[in-house]
Amino acid sequence: MAKVEHKTSLAKSDLPDVLREMLLIRRFEEKVEERFRAGELPGFLHVAIGQEACAVGVCRALEDGDVISSTHRAHGHTLAKGTHPNELMAELYGKQEGCSHGYGGSMHLYDIERGNMGANAVIGGGLPHVTGAALAFKMRGEPRVALAFFGDGATNIGTFHEALNMAQLWQVPAVFVLEDNKWAESTPESQHSPIRDLSERAKAFGMKALKADGQDVEAVYKTTRKALEHARSGEGPVFVHLDTVRFSGHYIGDPQVYRPKDQARELRETRDPIVLLREKLGLGDDEFAELDAEITELVEASVEFAKAGTDPAPEDALRNIYA
Amino acid sequence: MPELTYREAVRDALSQALRQDEDVFLMGEDIGEMGGSMGVTHGLLDEFGPERVRNTPISEMALAGAAIGAAMQGMRPVAEIMYEDFMTLASEQIVNQAAKARYMSGGQLTVPVVFRTQGGAGWSPGAQHAQQLESWFVHVPGLKVVFASTPEDVRGLLWSAIYDDNPIVFFEHRTLYGIKGHVPEEIEPIPLGKARVHREGEDVTVVATGRLVHEALHAAEEAEKEGVSVEVVDPRTLQPLDEETLVASVRKTNRAVVAHEAVTRMGFGAEVASVLQYQAFDWLDAPIERVGARFAPLPFAPVMEAFVVPHMEDVLAAVYRTVNKKI
Repeated sequence: MAKVEHKTSLAKSDLPDVLREMLLIRRFEEKVEERFRAGELPGFLHVAIGQEACAVGVCRALEDGDVISSTHRAHGHTLAKGTHPNELMAELYGKQEGCSHGYGGSMHLYDIERGNMGANAVIGGGLPHVTGAALAFKMRGEPRVALAFFGDGATNIGTFHEALNMAQLWQVPAVFVLEDNKWAESTPESQHSPIRDLSERAKAFGMKALKADGQDVEAVYKTTRKALEHARSGEGPVFVHLDTVRFSGHYIGDPQVYRPKDQARELRETRDPIVLLREKLGLGDDEFAELDAEITELVEASVEFAKAGTDPAPEDALRNIYA
Repeated sequence: MPELTYREAVRDALSQALRQDEDVFLMGEDIGEMGGSMGVTHGLLDEFGPERVRNTPISEMALAGAAIGAAMQGMRPVAEIMYEDFMTLASEQIVNQAAKARYMSGGQLTVPVVFRTQGGAGWSPGAQHAQQLESWFVHVPGLKVVFASTPEDVRGLLWSAIYDDNPIVFFEHRTLYGIKGHVPEEIEPIPLGKARVHREGEDVTVVATGRLVHEALHAAEEAEKEGVSVEVVDPRTLQPLDEETLVASVRKTNRAVVAHEAVTRMGFGAEVASVLQYQAFDWLDAPIERVGARFAPLPFAPVMEAFVVPHMEDVLAAVYRTVNKKI
C-alpha cells in the first residue's frame, strides 16, 4: 500500500480502483454464499453485502502501520485491509493456506502482517484491544492509529462503553467505526436502543463524533481521513458513524422473517454503494462487464486455490495453543 | 539473603521489571496514589509515573481488554484485577480473547499479558471479595495459571510470568501478603511448570496451593510429633502442571492429600487427584484425600466463614485418615 500523505479525499483517478475493490468484496461474498449453500464450507457465515463502501473507504484511509479490529462480518474488512482473496477463501475452507491457517474461520480472520488484529465473534470483543493497541502506540510515541469496526448492536454491550470511556480518558490514537446497518442480528435498532442517533453515545464520553453516508465510499474515505488525522495528531480518539445497509440476512440462509420481503430489494435499488459509484464514474455496461469478468475470474481462482489447499492434520489442533 | 514480605516480593518483581524494560507497564484500579487495594504497588507511581503505573476506571472488561490489545502490539502489561471475584467481569476478555488469540490466528499473535489478582478468606469480606476461582482458569486452554505461596516463589514466578509470551493468570493470596521470607539477593526466575517440595517426608504427600501450603506445613509439624512423616509439595504453577514431581512424591510416600482453599467440589484438587490415581495407582495404599472449602458461598459471620474454609486441622485430619491413625 502506497503511503498517502496529507490526502484528505479520494482523487478521481483512484475511483476505478475503489470500485474494483468493492466489486471484489461483493463477488467474493456472493461466491461464499453460493459455496456455502452447496455445502462446501463448514461452520456458518455472515456476509456484509451492501456494506462494501464502509470496508473499502475506511481501510483505504489507513496508513501503513495502522491496525484494525474487525467483527463477525469480516470478509470485506479483511480483503480491504489487503489479505489476498486466495488466503481468505482458503481460510473459509479450513485450509492451512488460509489467513488463520485453518484455526479461525470466517469469524476469526487474522492477518497480523497487514495490520489486521482479528475478526471477533464476540460482539464488541475487539474494542478494548483497539484502546490497548492505541495506548501502546501512544506510550511508544509511534504515529500509528488503531481502528475498530463494530455494528449498532455492539453499542449496547459493556465493552463498547468501557473501551470508549477509557480511550477518551487517556486520549489514545483510536478510531471507532460504527457500521450502523440498523440490525442487531434480527433485532431492529428500535428494539435494541432507546436513542436513534447512536453517535450520542460517543459524545457522552466527550468524544469527537463524525458522520458519513456509509454507501458513499468517497464520504466514508474523507470522514475516516479526518478522524485518523485527529487521532494521529494526539488530539484523542474519534467516533465515526457510518449509516449503512445490510442487504443480506444476519447469516447465510437467514430467512429474514423479521423484515418485509421487499425491503432488501428496495434498498438495493436505491442504496447499493457499487451502483452509486458506478453511476458517478459513468461506467458503461461493456466497461463494467469487463471489470466484472476480471473480478469473477479472481474469485473463481480463489475457490480453486482453496479447494487445492492443504487440510491440516487432525493433531495440528494441539499446536499454537501456547507460544 | 534479604528478607521480604510476600507483598514486597511482588512489588520488587514489578519494580525491577519496570526499571529494566520499557515495554512493561502496570494498569489497574487504584494502583496509583493508593498503591492498590492490597498496597502491592505502593510507591511505584512515584518512581515510574502515571503512564506506566496506570490507574484505570472501574472497568474490568476494558482493563483486561486494553492490556490484551497493548500486549498484541508488543508491550508486556501487568494488569491488576483487584479481587478474584472481579475476574468474572474480566473473563470474557481473558477466556475468549487472550487465551485464544494465538490459536485462532494460527500462531500469528502472541499475547504476553499477566493478570494479577488476589483472593482468600479469613477476614470476613463476605461472598464477593474472597473467592478462590483458580479452577475456572486452569480449565481454559491457552492460559497459564500460577498460584504462589511464599515471598521467594511469588517474586521468581512473577518475573517468569512477565517475561513469558503467553497470557497468564497470576493468583496471590490475601492473607499471605504479610508473611516474611528470605529471597535471593538477585531475582532468580522460577520456571513456570515446576513444583516445589517444601518439606520431604515418607508417609504422606500433601499437594497444597496458596494459603494451604502453610496450613499443610503446620500440619506436617503436628503429624511429626505423632510419628507421621509428611511431604509437602506446592505445584506453584497450576497450568502447566508439574505432574512428574507430584507423581514421584506419591510413588515414594504411597499416600496423598490434595488441599486448597477453593471449594472442594470440581476444584483444582480433583484434577490433581485424578492425575495421581492414574499415574500412581499401583503405589497408593489409601484413597486420595481432598481438603477444600465446603460447598457454600463465603459467609460473613466469622464463625461461619471459619467453618466453610479449610484449616490446618482439616489437613491434619486428612493426613491421619490416609494412615488410618485415630487421634
